[in-house]
Amino acid sequence: MFEAIAFYLFAALTIAMFTITVMTSQALYALTAMAAGMIFISAFFFILGADFLGVIQIIVYTGAVMALYAFGMMFFDTTRTVVEKRDNPRVIFILGVLAATLVVFILVSPIISTHIEANYPINAAMGNSETIGLILFTKFLVPFEIAAVMLLVAMIAGIVLAGKKMDKSLTLMAEEEIALMSATQAKPETEEGAH
Amino acid sequence: MDVAFIIETIVKIVVILLVFSALAGFGTYFERKVLAFMQRRLGPMHVGPYGLLQVAADGIKLFTKEDIIPQNVVKPIFKLAPVITAATAFMAAAAIPFWPEFTAFGYKVHPIVADVNVGILYVMAVMAIGLYGPLLGGMASANKFSLISAARSAAVFISYEVITGLALLAPLMMVGSLSLIDINNYQTGGISNWIAVSQPVAFILFWIAAFAETGRTPFHLVANDHEIIDGFGTEYSGMRWGLFFIGEYANMFFISFVMAIIFLGGYGDGSIAGALQLLLKVAFFFFFFLWTRAAWPDIRPDQLMWLCWKVLMPIAVVNVVITGVVILIKQGGM
Repeated sequence: MFEAIAFYLFAALTIAMFTITVMTSQALYALTAMAAGMIFISAFFFILGADFLGVIQIIVYTGAVMALYAFGMMFFDTTRTVVEKRDNPRVIFILGVLAATLVVFILVSPIISTHIEANYPINAAMGNSETIGLILFTKFLVPFEIAAVMLLVAMIAGIVLAGKKMDKSLTLMAEEEIALMSATQAKPETEEGAH
Repeated sequence: MDVAFIIETIVKIVVILLVFSALAGFGTYFERKVLAFMQRRLGPMHVGPYGLLQVAADGIKLFTKEDIIPQNVVKPIFKLAPVITAATAFMAAAAIPFWPEFTAFGYKVHPIVADVNVGILYVMAVMAIGLYGPLLGGMASANKFSLISAARSAAVFISYEVITGLALLAPLMMVGSLSLIDINNYQTGGISNWIAVSQPVAFILFWIAAFAETGRTPFHLVANDHEIIDGFGTEYSGMRWGLFFIGEYANMFFISFVMAIIFLGGYGDGSIAGALQLLLKVAFFFFFFLWTRAAWPDIRPDQLMWLCWKVLMPIAVVNVVITGVVILIKQGGM
């Protein structure tokens, strides 16, 4: 009974939070609701007994939303509402409803065909983290390694893109040096001054 | 799920809430007194004997102050932010064992609210959510200093999460469990079994990162009085501002508990002497927070980032690799 109550409570909360994320025109509401929704989703993992995944959900997704906050800080005045450009709201509405129905149908279809069975059910003899480690390093080793390599590539690319002037520190330079530097760089590298 | 379990859990939650909100209040008193003695002052002396009732006076002041919501702020988020800080600090306490098991009136009590088998991961995750308090508070109040503070808090916490995670990884590889009780039981049997002895580098790294996670003085950039007023707290007044403080001090206590349990042997074998030792260790870590505040100046944001990414992170990674190799050799795999 407790599980049913918890499920419906968190289901309602999650849907409410993501509705706010989509509907609001205030960047802070959207991001906060999204972070809260991500945390409420972790409740489903806890109800299913997958503690490890629940905690990972909190760590990874709230951390990701935080990066969005950092972007919000750079790009908007977050205390003002964002004016959205809607040329034809009816088309957006119809497309949105269609897409949502399709997603629900795709996710629910296993119920129609056969009953859902867990491929790798929770093993009471082993802890949560051991089970996940075992499955990751036996059944899914290749996708896991590929994901690791892709992350490494992204990290190196990030360092190469961001690390152009890493040897200079604006904090340690005198005002004249900074003015001189920006004056010499303004002409040849125009796209550099944009950010 | 029987009724006794529910009642027991509720009682535990209420006790932890009451004890640690009171301790957070007294934490401010300890801090003022310790700082005062280190600087050859007297500190609070007027309210009550040795200023002991200063906490009550401050509490009354905070509760009765007018709750001002300035113009142009994003109201719901502005009101929510302090609650996030205080609430997450206490939520993190759910997986911390504060005392070994004991029997009271013939009833066996586990002084831990939820003994999940991913305890330490849960504590770190919830503490990480705590940074949404300063972040949202800073971004919602229409104030430049608050915004700078929010940006700093995002940068500092994202960076130092990496250090805590990597520093914890090495001890966890040795213990082989994420439960704080298992980690504690791994270290029973004297000081030589403490993880701080076998993993001194991880201990120091985690300790340094703890200062950043709680926003204490060498890394107190999020609310640095002399550059950005009170940072995210600039626009707050009354009890909303007080909630930020309760959250900060509760976090200091909880991270002290976590450090004492993971690295310094926790409550040992579970006897009363062991439990008292745990409290002493926690008191030492709390005192060390205050001691550092009296002894060290604040560092600049770029120095903080330099320390994190160019010094601490490489050391942490090397530590993890060395630990892995040593474990492999010990198990006879090589």
